[in-house]
Amino acid sequence: MNIIGKITIAGMLILAIVPPVLLLSGQAFYMDLATRLVILGIGAVSLNLILGFGGMVSFGHAAFIGLGAYAVGIPAYHATYGEFEMVASYNGLFHIALAVGFSALFALFTGAISLRTKGVYFIMITMAFGQMAYYFFLSLDVYGGDDGLTIDVRSELPLINLDSPMQLYGLSYVSLLIAMLLVNRIVNSRFGMVLQGTKGNAERMATLGYNTYYYQLLAYVISGAMCGYAGFLLGNFTTFISPDMMHWTRSGELMFMVILGGASTALGPILGSSLFILLEEILSSFTIYWHLPFGLLLILVVLFIRGGLMGLFKSKSGELK
Amino acid sequence: MDYTLLFVQVINGVQLGLLLFLVASGLTLVFGILDFVNLAHGSIYMIGAFICASLTFYLGNFLLAVLVALPLTGLVGYAIERFVARKLYEKDHLDHVLGTFGLILVLDTSAHLIWGPEGISVPLPLWLDGQVEIFEGAVIPTFRLLIIATGLGVAGGLVWLVNYTRLGMLIRAGASNRTMVSALGIDIKTLFALVFALGSMMAGLAGMLISPITEASIGMGGQIIITAFVVIIVGGIGSMKGAFIAAIIIGLIDTLGRAFLDSLFELVMSENAAETAAPAVSAMMIYILMAVILAVRPQGLFPPKVR
Repeated sequence: MNIIGKITIAGMLILAIVPPVLLLSGQAFYMDLATRLVILGIGAVSLNLILGFGGMVSFGHAAFIGLGAYAVGIPAYHATYGEFEMVASYNGLFHIALAVGFSALFALFTGAISLRTKGVYFIMITMAFGQMAYYFFLSLDVYGGDDGLTIDVRSELPLINLDSPMQLYGLSYVSLLIAMLLVNRIVNSRFGMVLQGTKGNAERMATLGYNTYYYQLLAYVISGAMCGYAGFLLGNFTTFISPDMMHWTRSGELMFMVILGGASTALGPILGSSLFILLEEILSSFTIYWHLPFGLLLILVVLFIRGGLMGLFKSKSGELK
Repeated sequence: MDYTLLFVQVINGVQLGLLLFLVASGLTLVFGILDFVNLAHGSIYMIGAFICASLTFYLGNFLLAVLVALPLTGLVGYAIERFVARKLYEKDHLDHVLGTFGLILVLDTSAHLIWGPEGISVPLPLWLDGQVEIFEGAVIPTFRLLIIATGLGVAGGLVWLVNYTRLGMLIRAGASNRTMVSALGIDIKTLFALVFALGSMMAGLAGMLISPITEASIGMGGQIIITAFVVIIVGGIGSMKGAFIAAIIIGLIDTLGRAFLDSLFELVMSENAAETAAPAVSAMMIYILMAVILAVRPQGLFPPKVR
């Protein structure tokens, strides 16, 4: 097994063992941190599928997280306060179906338009669609608008109780594993090969007879649906949702996680989201001006670290890219 | 339909459009020539507003403050180009986005450190603080007319600069073929820095002009930058004419949408439903417009011929 594979397995083992042990020894704070990290990790893994492997720089991915979270919040709100009997429910499976379904639909609609464009246009149009979702929920006064919406009752799933931090973490962790395996399977399938080929040279793939547009659109929809599921988990974790989750700066942070860890690698997004959350936590405990060193770090990473953290490992092990 | 109100709102829309143009023209100029995506452009707009706000209190006069703040904002832009942006040019667009995203964090936090968390409201001189009655009932603040005049003036100045001066000729040449311009003995690095500083000054000017109406505040850059990007995408990235037309269209749509959409909706739905739907739809309207235009013309309304 090569070094990248070893690091990946070691990293995932650490995530499986350390947070539960810390929780059992009374350090609930670290469990919170780890849960957030793992959930955002799923978002980053989903973004990596299109950004890393597909070369589609989506700058509006946070919208899917928000959609997934509102798919928990809105049914729960109506189940508690009445009206809209159609959607009122605490049923977690229903929430997941809504989160994944709506995210996939939103991805299909926005992807179909965005993928007609290329380069900077694509970056900017995905960002604008993200902002569109942001403003939509911002002006929905029924669900709190700017102030956000508190989820009074978490989703009810069979066998799993999301009120227990340990079980919520377990579900998030297993979901992350499945997401990583899924992306790995997709990337190494024929479909994934076409996708990566399109990233390398879209014209060549088109000449070979592939309709690259549909391949990219399908990848975009899969990625969006996966990220919507991460939103379902995040809503259940924070029990508070607001349009701020969809703001374009959140999308920027997701992108940073992927790039920081190393795009188009399996563990990269997880490494990135881990480092991101830890840095955020450490820096903000020192100063309220923590965005300043954070921003400087971001600039330095972009200027000097090619291929993110995984890129460092790769060059150390002498592997060719 | 209340035509007086309509007239006033159209004036407001044009004014918003011209402010958007000031921000977007810098973006589109920098993109057209340097192929550089600058998310931090909105932060320069904010810094212009803050510098001008401080100077207004220091010098005691808003207009004087603007005149001093303009070159200062240009200097800030020059420094950003020299120390960060220049190193990003040869990287890809993803790196531009992330690098300038980092720059936003740095600039916004610096503004927070220097000017504090509260916004600063900027007082106007008395003669600008009044209102003008254009015709019976249509009352417009004098300052808004000044914004419109300034915006039109700068737009005209830009057309002159780009089309009829040596600098403009170099800018156009640099946009179509950098290597060739450089080979002909033009100091391309200085030219790029100049263009960047010029774009920064225009963004700063927009920030200065809006600060007496809203106030200079930390979040203002993040709000306008997205709209400015919508403007240059709709107009065709790199096209000055496109940026101008798109800015006016978007300024009008945004203003008129917020003002009249609810009464328009009431024609087809209940008053209650209209009151809920109108704000949501009007907030999304410019994005819907962008989606529609890009679905039909993926390169925007006026794509530059070179790219």
